[in-house]
This record gives sequence, C-alpha cells and structure tokens, in this order.
Amino acid sequence: MSPDKATARSYLDIDDLSIVLKHQPTHRLLRSVGLHVMPGEVRGLVGESGAGKSMIGKTIFDILPRAVEIVEGSVRLGDDELLKLPQSARRKVIARTSALIPQDPLTALNPVRRIEPQITDRLTRILGVSKSDARERARALLDEVHIRDPESVLRNYPHQLSGGMRQRVLIAAAFAAEPKLIVADEPTTALDVTVQKQILKLIAEMQARHGTALLFVTHDLGVVAKICQNVSVLYGGKIVEDTEVKSLFARPTHAYTQALIAATPRYDRPDESLVPVPAAVIEATQHEIAAADDAWLGARQAGGRR
Amino acid sequence: MSEHARHRRPVSWRLILSGSWLAIVIICAVFAPYIAPHDPLAQDLLLERLPPFWVSGAEPGYYLGTDGLGRDVLSRIIYGARIALTVAFVAATAACLIGSTMGLVAGYFRGWLDQIVSRIVDIWMSFPPVLFSILLVAVIGTGLHSVIIAITAIDWIRFCRVVRAETLVQTRMDYIDSARAAGFSRLNILVREVFPNALPTIVALLSLEMGIAVIVEAILSFVNLSISTDDPTWGGMIAEGRTIIHFAWWVLVFPLIALFLTVLAFSQFGEGLRDRFDPVLR
Ligand SMILES: Nc1ncnc2c1ncn2[C@@H]1O[C@H](COP(=O)(O)OP(=O)(O)O)[C@@H](O)[C@H]1O
Ligand SMILES: [Mg+2]
Repeated sequence: MSPDKATARSYLDIDDLSIVLKHQPTHRLLRSVGLHVMPGEVRGLVGESGAGKSMIGKTIFDILPRAVEIVEGSVRLGDDELLKLPQSARRKVIARTSALIPQDPLTALNPVRRIEPQITDRLTRILGVSKSDARERARALLDEVHIRDPESVLRNYPHQLSGGMRQRVLIAAAFAAEPKLIVADEPTTALDVTVQKQILKLIAEMQARHGTALLFVTHDLGVVAKICQNVSVLYGGKIVEDTEVKSLFARPTHAYTQALIAATPRYDRPDESLVPVPAAVIEATQHEIAAADDAWLGARQAGGRR
Repeated sequence: MSEHARHRRPVSWRLILSGSWLAIVIICAVFAPYIAPHDPLAQDLLLERLPPFWVSGAEPGYYLGTDGLGRDVLSRIIYGARIALTVAFVAATAACLIGSTMGLVAGYFRGWLDQIVSRIVDIWMSFPPVLFSILLVAVIGTGLHSVIIAITAIDWIRFCRVVRAETLVQTRMDYIDSARAAGFSRLNILVREVFPNALPTIVALLSLEMGIAVIVEAILSFVNLSISTDDPTWGGMIAEGRTIIHFAWWVLVFPLIALFLTVLAFSQFGEGLRDRFDPVLR
C-alpha cells in the first residue's frame, strides 16, 4: 500500500528549521533544515557526530535541551503544525503519532521500573487503553521482536536484560501505540557488532510489517544503503544532499557526499580502498556554510529592522 | 537464562541485627511504663550509686545499677528511648519531606528555582550544624518542640543536597526524554520516573538522619538545652554520668551504649534497606 509518490503528501515536514544556542543566538546548530518523510517511507539521516542529527529528532519530539532555541522554521506532523500548537496539544499529537527509538538502551529504560509499565504506560495513561488490553498488546509485541518468554521479561527490571534485549524492548515500546512515524536515533551504535545486525534487521522487519514511516539516524552510509529508500545528508547542521539511496551512490551531487561515500566501506566492493574525507572538501563545505550563515543573518537583521 | 532469574536477595544480617535492635528500642519506647522495672524519676538516697547486677554490692531488681540520686539506670534508659525516638522520627521525617521535595524540584526544574534553593543551601551550610542547632534552641527556648525544630532545620539540607544531586543524574538519562516524547507531563515524570530512582537513597538517608537526630538530641540534652532536666534523656544521663564517672561508671556507660547502638542500627538499617530495595545492583 505504498502511496503514489506524485500525489501523496509527506507525513513529516520540517521546513527552514534553524536552532541556535540561547546565549549565542548568531551561532546556528541547525541551519535552515528541510526534511520530509512520506508515510511508510524509510529515510536515512546521515552525518558525522555533532552534525545535529539528534537535534532534528529532539525537535520533532519537543525535547530540545534548555540551552537551545528554535528561531525559525516549521514542523508538521500529519495535519498538525507542531510549533503553532500550545504545548499540551503539541505533546498530545506527538504522543499519538510518533515514537522514538533511542541510541543508548542502557539509559533509555528506567532502572527502577519493571519492563511492563515501560511498554504500556503510553497506552494506558495517555491513550486510555485498558490495563489488560495493554498487557496483552505488550506480550504480543515482545513476541514480535522475538523475545522468548515475554511473560517473565515483562516482570523483569532493565538490568536483568542484555543490551540487545533492552533494545528489542525499546523497539516493542516504540511500536506499541501504532505510531505513524518512528525516529530511530543511532539505535545500534551502542551495541555489539553481532547484535547490531540483528537489531537492524528487526527494525526493518517491524517497519515493513507495520508500514510505519521511519527516520533512521546514523553516521554509517553502509547501514543507509541496506535499509533506506531515501537519504538526507547533514553536515554542520545543514542538509547538503537529499536524494534516493540508489542515486546517492551512483550520482552524489555534493562534494562532501562524494567524499563521504569514498570514506565508507562498500559491502558490494570490499576490495576498494577507502579515502578519508579530504581537508579541501571539508573546507569548501564549511565555506559554503559560512556563506549561508552570512546570508541568513543579513536577512534576519533586515527583517528585524523592518 | 540467568537474565530471567527472579529477583529477591536474601535478607542480610545487617538488616536483621540492626532491625532487631531498633525493634527493641521502639518496644521499650512505646511500652516503657510496662517494661521499666522502676519509676525513672523516683529518687532514693538509700539506693544511691548501686552497681549493675554482676558487681558485688548490687541490689536485686536494679539490673544496671542506680545513679547519684538513686534512680534506676535501666528504667531511665528505657524512658529515655521515648524522647530519643520521638525526636528521631519526627525531626528526621520533617527534614526528609522538606529537603527531598526541595531537592527534587530544584534538580528537576533547575532554572531560577534551583538557584534559589542552592543559594539557601549555601548559606545554611556556612554554619556549623551543631552550633547552629544550639543557637536555635537558645533563641527559641528549650523543650521537645524546639529540639525537633532545631534538628529539622539543620537536617533538611542534607536531604536537599543528596536528592538534588541524584535528580540531576536522573534527568540526564534518555528515559526521561522517552517519557516526555510519550506525552507525559514534567510533574508526572518527576513523580513516577525520577522519584522512584531517588527513593532508595532517600530511605537510607532517612534512617541515617534518624540516628543523627538521636545524637543531636543527646548533645542538646548534654548541654542542658533539651527537655527539663528531670525527664530521662540519654544525653542528660551521659552528662550526669560524666561527673561521677570515677564512682559510678555505669551511669555514663549504659546510656552511651544505648545511644551508640541505636545510632549504628539506624545507619546500618538504612544501608540494608537500600541494598534490598534498589533493583539496580550498585
Ligand atoms: N545540551 C546541549 N546544549 C548545547 N549544545 C548542544 C547540546 N547538545 C548538543 N549540542 C550541540 O549541538 C550540536 C549537534 O549535536 P547533536 O544533534 O547531538 O549531534 P549528532 O546527533 O549529529 O551527533 C553539536 O555541536 C553539539 O555540541
Ligand atoms: Mg546523536
């Protein structure tokens, strides 16, 4: 039931999003970011550490750190313009429609609470599902993420589970309320290599079964090549490439993307030697960003004076 | 799979021993009139400075001897438990409620709330606590209420600091973000997610602070700022015993042992509880 590309409307629309440090309002952490995810689409968001990938995720869920502030832009989820809604309504929309699979399964579960309420809380206390229904659903979800003996896992505390098990639990929790959009923020980075593959496969499998739109955040183009249809490349808080995964590898348009591909191990061409991103490319990209910043600041000051 | 092992650690000796002693003290305090062999206030100059039962010259019935006024030491220790425990429970609980609430709120909401709380704590901390409580009692007058107020006033700080630090640690965890993303309000998260994490620490500290309250009460009695001098308090007994240590060591030693064991038991009981109820193995 994939929507017709030409007529369908994206489910998540981020436009012109700029975020700054409150105490340094000319320094942008996100630079006029545009990001669109269609219903059911799997989109990769790639960038090196510190590029601002998590900031984008946190914007969607309204959990930005206190030190930063949105100065411009819009975020639309379905029919709702999030930044125009009052906070409580915004939180309702987010809770109903979206879920987050966090990076670190060690701190993403509350250590002193059992697994069951951590999966069912949102169902019973936000969405008004009855306790027994929620419990039934939690058990079914744990089955879906291939956890043996769901009954006893539901009664466990997080520290009784391995990292991979916890990430499975978190994936189950993310799908609990049948969200339209899931943001997975580097969901495998904290895990062992062997477990990484299983979790990646599981996320792809769950996404396909539920038809959820998925924004998959990673620093690894190789992972993108495996599970994503489309990809946005972020550098220094700026989207430098937005394309289909197929054409990303065939015809990268931005020099930074080209360099990034050359620096990524290829599963299909394991013998090819890797070239680290050249300094000249980084310099050129930063130059480009500085120019964009100047233009943005100029426009804002002009706007402010009016 | 050991991951699924049911989670119940055996009750530790620490918990059993400290709990038993505290139970004995509590029973003594509650049922003092039925347990104490004598009237703790009855003076009898004929029975002055009787030694404990195993020393020659002891009088049957006066197990731990008598003090300089012929009052039964055991009975006075038993009645002294009443005041010690009343002060410990009331003052430590009040300090816990005030301090923990402020620590939770300051650590979780931060911002100006935290600034105010931290400033108050800094100012409070600049006074030496025992001196501060003596000063307080000297100003607001002696008596049980004053002692409780004074101890509460110095003890809430510790709860506030410890709970605030714990809360700060918890607020950096991803599960807080997840709960926010799932639609829960800040207050809700504070009560249901953060507070249970701070609870084992709070319980351990509460028990420890009860012990400290017992000591502070003893110190205040010792310097004669607590209850009227006639009422038996452990601190008062220690003060009296000190003056006649060369003739009647037992007047000093037995209340000191009672005090020491009770303080120790409170702190060990707290630690034991934390070990038992914190599901995270620390
Ligand atoms: N709490 C914060 N306060 C201020 N700056 C932050 C905070 N968290 C992250 N940043 C900054 O925002 C930028 C983007 O961070 P982040 O989105 O976490 O990067 P990524 O997820 O791509 O690794 C980084 O330069 C980082 O230093
Ligand atoms: Mg990140």
